Amino acid sequence: MNRSLGREALETLRRDRVAMACLLVLGILALAAVAGPALLDYREDEIDWAHMAAAPFAAHGHWLGTDRLGRDLLVRTLHGLRVSLAISFAATLVSLVIGVAWGALAGFRRGRTDAWMMRLVDVLYSLPQVFFVIILTVVFGRSPLTILVAIGAFGWLTMARIVRGQALALREREFIDAAIVGGAGTARIVMRHVVPNLLGPVIVYATLTLPQVILVESFLSFLGIGIQEPLASLGNLVADGATELETAPWMLAVPAGCLMLVVFCCNFLGDSLRDALDPRDR
Amino acid sequence: MRYKCRGMSTLAFVLRRLVAAIPTLVLVIALSFLLTRLAPGGPFDEEQALPPEIRANLEAAYGLDDPPLVQFGRYLRGLLHGDFGPSFKFRDFTVSELIADGLPVSLMLGAGAMLLSLALGIPAGVLAALSRRHFADRLVMAFAVAGISIPVFVVAPLLTLVFGLWLRWLPVAGWVPGRPSDIVLPVVALALPVIAFIARLTRASLLEVLRAPWVRAARARGLPERSVILRHALPAALLPVVSYAGPAAAAVLAGSLVVETYFGLPGMGRHLVQGALNRDYTLVMGMVIVYAALMIAFNLLADLTYAALDPRIRRERWL
Repeated sequence: MNRSLGREALETLRRDRVAMACLLVLGILALAAVAGPALLDYREDEIDWAHMAAAPFAAHGHWLGTDRLGRDLLVRTLHGLRVSLAISFAATLVSLVIGVAWGALAGFRRGRTDAWMMRLVDVLYSLPQVFFVIILTVVFGRSPLTILVAIGAFGWLTMARIVRGQALALREREFIDAAIVGGAGTARIVMRHVVPNLLGPVIVYATLTLPQVILVESFLSFLGIGIQEPLASLGNLVADGATELETAPWMLAVPAGCLMLVVFCCNFLGDSLRDALDPRDR
Repeated sequence: MRYKCRGMSTLAFVLRRLVAAIPTLVLVIALSFLLTRLAPGGPFDEEQALPPEIRANLEAAYGLDDPPLVQFGRYLRGLLHGDFGPSFKFRDFTVSELIADGLPVSLMLGAGAMLLSLALGIPAGVLAALSRRHFADRLVMAFAVAGISIPVFVVAPLLTLVFGLWLRWLPVAGWVPGRPSDIVLPVVALALPVIAFIARLTRASLLEVLRAPWVRAARARGLPERSVILRHALPAALLPVVSYAGPAAAAVLAGSLVVETYFGLPGMGRHLVQGALNRDYTLVMGMVIVYAALMIAFNLLADLTYAALDPRIRRERWL
């Protein structure tokens, strides 16, 4: 991907109204998750004894209602979003770094190194991943760090495959030969010449990985093997809401709506990015 | 060479793939065994610390005082006889009994969900592709986007709310043997995301296939449109759907954990979640191994279907 292609892709993306709307929504949600709880009147574990399981939009000052312990749902959801986003960003970053390094090296080295490195990826790929993530959280306790590591441990596989394919193709290009002739070492070539040219697919795939990771984290928390109360995450808030369906449906609606909004926007943005970066469509 | 390939029977293909699956399964077993032994804290860590003598007796009774390799050997030997060892928390049960108990329920749930997603997803995708840019297409694609963004653990409560609490058509949760209505909501909740994905895949791939020269050739031969689509285009268009079968099975198995827990179905998934919460290592290991075996079996089935649909694959892959 050369510079003009990148600029053109940005231009295409800017013209895509829905994609820009998604970007805006994600930005607002991320900002709200980071700054929101501090600006609101309630703390995430503060109990309002007078308003338990209060409905939203009433005159009691809790905009989106409270849960059955009288904790403000908006603040808790923003907190949950913060925890979920933090874990997902970190896990995506972990899989990004490992995946890109692994794939770029395998694709650049080719031959036996490549075969062994990708064989490992194949083997890990054939494992039932969610179940190993569960084993890892069982074994190392249910802390956010464990979940992060457990998800990151499998997340890099697809990235490594994508990057390797791209790197194999790049390897045949003249500028790599030029760099080799110029005396650059493997590390320098991979970092300065291979990786920057991979950025397009990597960005697209990272955007599509993020919602996957958010879903896995929420899935674990929903089952009770992820983030534990009193810490909120979107998953355990949804689980909480699912038990009070008939009496307090907003307890499910607020966190579930937030979760789906984030996942949908990430997915849509990723798809649009892929279309924008795909030169075949032009 | 070609004659040899043609001569290779389906049985040989299945056997070959089964043999190839053994290393994967052994790796699953070894990794889960290794991980559970790495764990800080054991299954007998209760709120109140056990007296050391009782602890030693318990560990001796379960064979936990042997060296890890001896334990692993014993575990493997047991597995070969279908013995997954005792459960640490369900004191009077072996893991094999719990698996035998939960497997039928989980299989019914998973098979129901897979069949439903194929039965609805493929026709929906075909409909969308044929009515491209018209109402039906828009409707199916909107549903597909929603289905992909809404996770099982949100779908399940929503379905319960609508069909269980508001309309009162179906039971909210629970499991009474011989009451088929109990399994409807779980199966639908599990199938919805898969239906959405399959519909999207089928649509995209059929649109692509319909542009292929051999489809034009079929039309040029004057075949009726129905025959062009059903006999010529669809089998080729289904190949991506079949390759999605592996990830779909993984999604259904993972989703069944949520669905079984939420609807209170006595399947393997609920045992696995309970085992995970109780740190019941043998139970978790046993369940993971069974799930891995199910996934491998399903991938094999998908490969067979793939070969049946695409004659080129038969020659290339069956070597």
